[in-house]
Amino acid sequence: MNTFEYAPAPESTALVDLKSVYGLFINGKFQPAKEGKTFQTINPATGKPLAKIAFAAASDIDKAVNAATESYKKVWSKMPAAERGKYLYRIARILQERSREFAVLETMDNGKPIRETRDVDVPLAAGHFFYHAGWADKLDFAGLGNAPKPHGVVGQIIPWNFPLLMLAWKVAPALATGNTVVLKPAETTPLTALLFAEVCQQAGLPAGVVNIVTGDGTTGAYLVNHPGVHKIAFTGSTEVGKGIARSIAGSGKALTLELGGKGANIIFDDAAMDEAVEGIISGIFFNQGHVCCAGSRLLVQESVLEEVTSKLKRRMELIRVGNPLDKNTDLGAINSKAQLDKIHELANSGDQDGAVRWSPQCELPSEGFWFKPTIFSEVSQSHRIAQEEIFGPVLSILTFRTPQEAIEKANNTPYGLSAGIWSDKGSKVLWTAQRLKAGVIWANSFNKFDPASPFGGYKESGWGREGGRHGLAAYVKVGK
Amino acid sequence: MSRIDVMKTYKLFINGSFPRGESGRVYEVRDSKGKFLANPCQASRKDLREAVVAARAAQTGWVSSTAYLRGQILYRVAEIMESRKVEFVNAIVASEGKSQAVATSEVNEAIDLWVWYAGWSDKISTIAGSTNQVSGPFYNFTTPEAVGVVSIFASDKAPLVSLVSALGGVLASGNTAVLIAPEKSPLTAIALAEVLATSDVPAGVVNILTGKSSELVQWVGSHMDIDAVDVSGLNKKQESEVRIAGADNLKRIHRFTEVRTPQRILAFVENKTVWHPIGI
Repeated sequence: MNTFEYAPAPESTALVDLKSVYGLFINGKFQPAKEGKTFQTINPATGKPLAKIAFAAASDIDKAVNAATESYKKVWSKMPAAERGKYLYRIARILQERSREFAVLETMDNGKPIRETRDVDVPLAAGHFFYHAGWADKLDFAGLGNAPKPHGVVGQIIPWNFPLLMLAWKVAPALATGNTVVLKPAETTPLTALLFAEVCQQAGLPAGVVNIVTGDGTTGAYLVNHPGVHKIAFTGSTEVGKGIARSIAGSGKALTLELGGKGANIIFDDAAMDEAVEGIISGIFFNQGHVCCAGSRLLVQESVLEEVTSKLKRRMELIRVGNPLDKNTDLGAINSKAQLDKIHELANSGDQDGAVRWSPQCELPSEGFWFKPTIFSEVSQSHRIAQEEIFGPVLSILTFRTPQEAIEKANNTPYGLSAGIWSDKGSKVLWTAQRLKAGVIWANSFNKFDPASPFGGYKESGWGREGGRHGLAAYVKVGK
Repeated sequence: MSRIDVMKTYKLFINGSFPRGESGRVYEVRDSKGKFLANPCQASRKDLREAVVAARAAQTGWVSSTAYLRGQILYRVAEIMESRKVEFVNAIVASEGKSQAVATSEVNEAIDLWVWYAGWSDKISTIAGSTNQVSGPFYNFTTPEAVGVVSIFASDKAPLVSLVSALGGVLASGNTAVLIAPEKSPLTAIALAEVLATSDVPAGVVNILTGKSSELVQWVGSHMDIDAVDVSGLNKKQESEVRIAGADNLKRIHRFTEVRTPQRILAFVENKTVWHPIGI
């Protein structure tokens, strides 16, 4: 068989104006942290530093919350809703105009392939602002209850796996419903949030409506417990989410949580197999598996196990791992050393528990953080790799005989975020969907996202929804 | 000589039966004038566990019954209560010291609340669900589903009305309930259990415990098979206790003041979004 070699096709970094130091964005202005502390953000694909970032301590959070409070009282809550919406439209448009710059910067800071930042993260982020812009002056018709009102100042903490997109999921509905925001991006991926601050400036968004504070977990904890914050929205690990729920108990603060998952991807024997294999690939290898709703537990009907596994392996041989800025790259870098260590630790537990590991032949770059696309077969339900979220390109394969057994196994987890169903029979798909305890279910597809589609989990995957009409409810108060 | 009344032994209501508390503990309840009324059971952690087991086992069947059927069953509770109205009025007059008129209006309101919540059962998806216009060839829809097992700390403000509004909201979507009766006025809750036992509500769908809220809050909060809690009957400190312990499995925890509001239903549903491709 002839093999065609790909020529390198790197995206240029020329349109990114990387600064050596980034300040906090408070009250419409960039400013150093009061105590002058900084931390470094690196490119995980090379391990090399990208920039120094201001580290926000307690006094900086106070300042940001004050700015958000003032702008809420004096400007944002007094502005007609239609005008508020127009600012969101402006932001959406500017994000589109500067989309390539955002895509490149995101890839540099996060390590994910440019193909994904360019085609998924950035367009969806712009889409979220455009979608929510239209809600701003229509909230009375959203069926949320009588006269929905904003909470006031919202504290938002977002993860490193979709830095700009998670910002959009948080900021767009918060602003559309009339709240002001203090947002803390993840420690390892602050750059696109800080570039977004420039977009707010270009859009002429009133000072203090959006404030961005960078730092680590201590920064986030201070924001969560700040008495001037009325509502918290958090996306991240289940463990941290539970900690937040405990720490604000009794404070009267509202809280929404978007947490971990261990999504089941169910392949029935009547599925269109080639399509299903593509769905398995996008379910677990999209964004290096750094996806809370990843289809990380493959449940295959026993009669088609061999066919699925052999097709999956053949397809995995074609996955291109490497420079995330290359337009042909499928699988980029693991976001951090800490995350890589965690993936190794869990994958090793798979070996120890007796599951069988397989990865395609592929060369990993010598610098940065990398993990081969990996599948484990002969996994049983008690294995750690079948129970714990790996958050990496590692798939656990389990089997089932009857649809009933598939449901039982799929639901056998404290999580309940996502699931996939592959079958050619519509009634079977809906029967299965009805019984799965998961907030988002993809039939004959996986990892699809849209601003109009509510996203969020059952059980320990979180509280509330983001996106769609249901997502608005998180940002308004109704009734008594 | 006047006739001696037959006094009632008040017991728990678990899985359709009326067992005594396993610990054998009771506590004394007196009427508004200080006269002895009853020795209801002081439910223990084990009683709570039994109630949760019953509620969990009953939930699959309850949620799988058609919404129309659930509506008829809840309506049936109103019918049975209407026929036992006098009993409830007398119980409220005796135990809460209210006038005949106030008690009658509370019982009327409670009956009407069953009717109101019964009518919601097959309309929840219509008002809480949606079809979502995504950018792609998908039929994308969101439907509310019962969250599972809900524990209720009922308020002792107009106890009967509080009990019925809490239960109506929880049951309409297909949840099952473990209700902790208000500590000081538990007798109406047991009278209500007797109505539920003689209507068409399947065993285990509603379980009612009497006892000390202060003792049970920690066990409800930390029970890993309770999905949600209505804390309307707890004070702020007890609510915090439930919230802290409840974070272990991220229980959905809500407080209500209004009795007639769809929020009582919507707080205890999960929204499920399904993407189904469109193509030939």
